Amino acid sequence: MSLLFEMFTYPFLVRAFLVGILVSLCAALLGVSLVLKRYSMIGDGLSHVSFGALAVAVALGWAPLAFSIPVVILAAFLLLRIADGSRINSDAAIAVTSASALAIGVIVTSLTTGMTTDVDSYMFGSILAMSDADVGLSVGLSIAVLALFCLFYHKLFAITFDENFSRATGLKVEVYNTLLSILTALTIVLGMRMMGAMLISSLVIFPALSAMRLFRSFRGVVLCAGVLAVVCFCLGLSGSYLLSTPVGASVVVVNLVVFLLFTLVSRLRAR
Amino acid sequence: MNHTTELMENELIGCRDVSLGYEGRAILEHLDLSIRAGDYLCIVGENGSGKSTLLKSLLGLLSPLSGEILRAPELKRGAIGYLPQQTRAQKDFPATVQEVVLSGFLNSPGFHFFYTPAQKSAAMMNLGKLGVLELKKRCYRELSGGQQQRVLLARALCAASRLLILDEPITGLDPAAAQDLYKTLRYLNQKEGMAVVMVTHDMPSALANGKTILHIGHRRTFQGTVAEYLASPEGRRFGGGK
Repeated sequence: MSLLFEMFTYPFLVRAFLVGILVSLCAALLGVSLVLKRYSMIGDGLSHVSFGALAVAVALGWAPLAFSIPVVILAAFLLLRIADGSRINSDAAIAVTSASALAIGVIVTSLTTGMTTDVDSYMFGSILAMSDADVGLSVGLSIAVLALFCLFYHKLFAITFDENFSRATGLKVEVYNTLLSILTALTIVLGMRMMGAMLISSLVIFPALSAMRLFRSFRGVVLCAGVLAVVCFCLGLSGSYLLSTPVGASVVVVNLVVFLLFTLVSRLRAR
Repeated sequence: MNHTTELMENELIGCRDVSLGYEGRAILEHLDLSIRAGDYLCIVGENGSGKSTLLKSLLGLLSPLSGEILRAPELKRGAIGYLPQQTRAQKDFPATVQEVVLSGFLNSPGFHFFYTPAQKSAAMMNLGKLGVLELKKRCYRELSGGQQQRVLLARALCAASRLLILDEPITGLDPAAAQDLYKTLRYLNQKEGMAVVMVTHDMPSALANGKTILHIGHRRTFQGTVAEYLASPEGRRFGGGK
């Protein structure tokens, strides 16, 4: 217990808690919509694009977040467009984008700086990777994501449930899909510094999936996913501190355990 | 033919010499169609003849290549009750009946970010009208196909009070549930004056319930009352044996 209190004497850990909680919350809320719209893999694809963009930014000496945010927003926009246009399979498009971006990132780094700890922290996450400026930006953007999500909650529900109907009642479906892709892109870029490019998509998918095991209303699922995301993140971060394991991986494992637990409960309840 | 650019009295939607299609290629050409209050129009025809294209245009999702589609002022803001075909994603969607029905109000004038108490009670009324009020707390994905269609119909009623557009509404329903749905539509049409436009493959019911038939063929289209349709070449081929 005293170990846990000791955690909060480190300013970088307090920052990690603050940013992590906000980003997990955003990811989980958006995740409900994404999972239900069959866009689960989009988080994975975007995080790899984000990795590629960060690698290029580091090689050229540009500000990492300022460069990668627009690139990832563009990628999110294109991927969701493809998913709607359906001339190319959207899962194929995501897989191709994701692998290509990762490959470009790896080649750029090996040609310039080499695989430094910087690059490693992008791949697998690090709580040390965050500067004060990053924290400020992350907090601001997360709050914006949360506010927009709350304001447009009913519209996001309608679009997720039935895009055709929403369109027929005159709702600008494209506008909200674009909004969703921008919010997702922001969340991914902010979260991957801590969780790592390989693991960030779990923040999007796991809480929604777990919540869907137990809850039957959309609101129930959204609320439960939000709470789960925060709880799992806090447990994961504390665990990683106590056991000296990587943060991203610890958070994912906690999420996995919760998911299995919820699946078990729903099975038992179905009997 | 004399094409007026004004809607006639009682007309909800008027198509004037409309050609429809995608990327400049017309699928349907020179169509004149008028949907009036209290109409019950069944759109039939082979697959790929342009039924869904027409439906999209009536809903305002696709603009015509040429010609004009006029809409009554109360429909301008998209206030059309639409019953789309169910999507795969809806099969395992966690949502209560209440949440689904309320989303019908999404684009109505009073809605900003949250539903008003009046909208909530109107949603309950529509559920009651369709006989599924007791399901309001239930999860949508756990309902039977017929119950799901009723819930979606209640949502459509929230969006509009004068015109319902249905896209193959009985797909996946068992015969009893299908007959129930037709009965409900007949009630809404006759007692509430709701105009009904339906794309369907179910010829016997189209002939029994519809007032007018629009048959879209690959070469020509036919429009007329059920009796006229049965006497036409298309009607003899499609509605044969009836």
